[in-house]
Amino acid sequence: MKKKSLLAGIVAFALVASTIALNSSKTLANQKYLTVKGSDTMVHLVSAWAESYMKSKPGSNVSVTGGGSGTGIAALINGTTDVAAASRDMKAKEKTIAQQKGITPKEIAVAKDGIAIVVNPKNPVKSLSMDQLKKIYTGKYTNWKQVGGVNKNILVLSRESSSGTYVFFQEHVLDKQDYSPRARLMSSTSSIMQSVSSDSGAIGYAGLGYAVGAKGSVKTVPVKKTNTSVAILPSEKTIKSGSYPIARDLYFYVKSPESQTVKNFINFTLSSKGQQIVRQAEYIPIK
Amino acid sequence: MTKHELKENIVKTILSGASLTSIIIVLLIFFFLIKESAPFLLKTSFVDIFSSRWVPVSFIEEHFGMLPLLTGSLLVTSMAIIIAIPFGVIGAVYIAELARPIEKEILKPFIELLAGIPSVVIGFFGLVVLAPIVKNVFHLGTGLNALTGAVLLALMAIPTIISISDDAIRSVPASYKQASMALGATKMQTIWKVTFPDALPGIVAAIMLGIGRVIGETMAVMMVTGNAAIMTLYPFESVRTMTATIAAEMGEVAFGSDHYKALFLVGTILLLLTFILNVVAQKVLKKYRRV
Repeated sequence: MKKKSLLAGIVAFALVASTIALNSSKTLANQKYLTVKGSDTMVHLVSAWAESYMKSKPGSNVSVTGGGSGTGIAALINGTTDVAAASRDMKAKEKTIAQQKGITPKEIAVAKDGIAIVVNPKNPVKSLSMDQLKKIYTGKYTNWKQVGGVNKNILVLSRESSSGTYVFFQEHVLDKQDYSPRARLMSSTSSIMQSVSSDSGAIGYAGLGYAVGAKGSVKTVPVKKTNTSVAILPSEKTIKSGSYPIARDLYFYVKSPESQTVKNFINFTLSSKGQQIVRQAEYIPIK
Repeated sequence: MTKHELKENIVKTILSGASLTSIIIVLLIFFFLIKESAPFLLKTSFVDIFSSRWVPVSFIEEHFGMLPLLTGSLLVTSMAIIIAIPFGVIGAVYIAELARPIEKEILKPFIELLAGIPSVVIGFFGLVVLAPIVKNVFHLGTGLNALTGAVLLALMAIPTIISISDDAIRSVPASYKQASMALGATKMQTIWKVTFPDALPGIVAAIMLGIGRVIGETMAVMMVTGNAAIMTLYPFESVRTMTATIAAEMGEVAFGSDHYKALFLVGTILLLLTFILNVVAQKVLKKYRRV
């Protein structure tokens, strides 16, 4: 009796599994099915776009996954995603691999993001220049008193080296120098926020959306381009005008020539409605 | 061959195939890890592999020195075991020898529950609750350090140590204890002079399996140790363990690059370490197992 029910269970499982497999292969063939993969920074934004897009175009289906900019680009090259979301440029190495596989990637800037410098709310420091940030993150400055703060050790927090933000920050703030070996590498932006809000000597960086969301528990520090220029807080206005120095474009990478489905989705993200969603998600519209 | 024998043989083959699966899988994993990391080993000099700098992403020059990762794992693991041993061993002695049946009924399921908590949950607890406590108790700048990681890992090692030590203590023959009691020894004297020494090999094996559990743990240490790749033996410094390095960097690494191969080498070293630990622990257990 028991054996029979077990056998029946296995058969039922196999049936269910095969129907699921069949269904998913059917949807893959469906032209309206679209996958977007890549940057963790952009996951919220892309999900918001996908949701709104699916509502406006019944029957369409957009699936969104994170994993990091590099993962998304690799997936585009391997043909496992239609659109790669990336918070950094495609590297030369990635471009050559794509070409070897016969893929011409096309880059579309879809939004802008400012990177906010955050410190503990109790930290009295008023502003930091790009040069001071570089010296803090490369380990030349180790005490807040060296940048006009109180006598306290600086606790340097960074994202993990797999993050697009890590590479962007290294390129544009550290002038391509190495991070201090003492910099603590956090696995997520939320753990940076957690640490900055509880450790009084901490400094970290995060996408503007996160910094705005964590208002009150962390303090965003105005940044000066040079030691003598005016300190500027990140905002839509200062990032669009280019006066806030730590900002970047967020990209979609697609295979060229792109299919009609992909084209429709990208046109939607660049439309006024799509860019309105960018603003709601605390990023900066591109237009 | 009769129909019956044929049936018997088929069943036998299926069963032995199922039991061989795990051996084959372990061998395949070993083979795959070595295959992926060998080109890096051949290309890079020994001095570079055991240098003290792990800088995998750099615009200037990448470094893949394993030493900070090794010392990081060893520091966190040894501290965790030092914390876990007293709790694990004393707990096991109490459960096996002193606890009343009703206490056992309550203690055992809770210890098993502790073993079953997902490590990401323990890590989250560490990040939000334990790290601030460690920071305040020791007046540090931050609680993200090796000690916090070690305490979390000790939490995970304790159930392993308790349940295997408990088995070892309970397998001490009752006649030994009865003989000791008959000579006029008290219960405590019997435990520490007769039962405990006799169960010691099993307890040692339990501790070694606990180390194996701890050294391979990833998520919890990644969340609380700060992950700075510096060589240190100071418990309040940040460390980067081998497991956390693989987990954090594997997702983005360019396929086939030096970094990719170096990560596989880290994996190979880790697998070798846990393999040796497990083999030695099994040997110890087997040697002293009563017939």
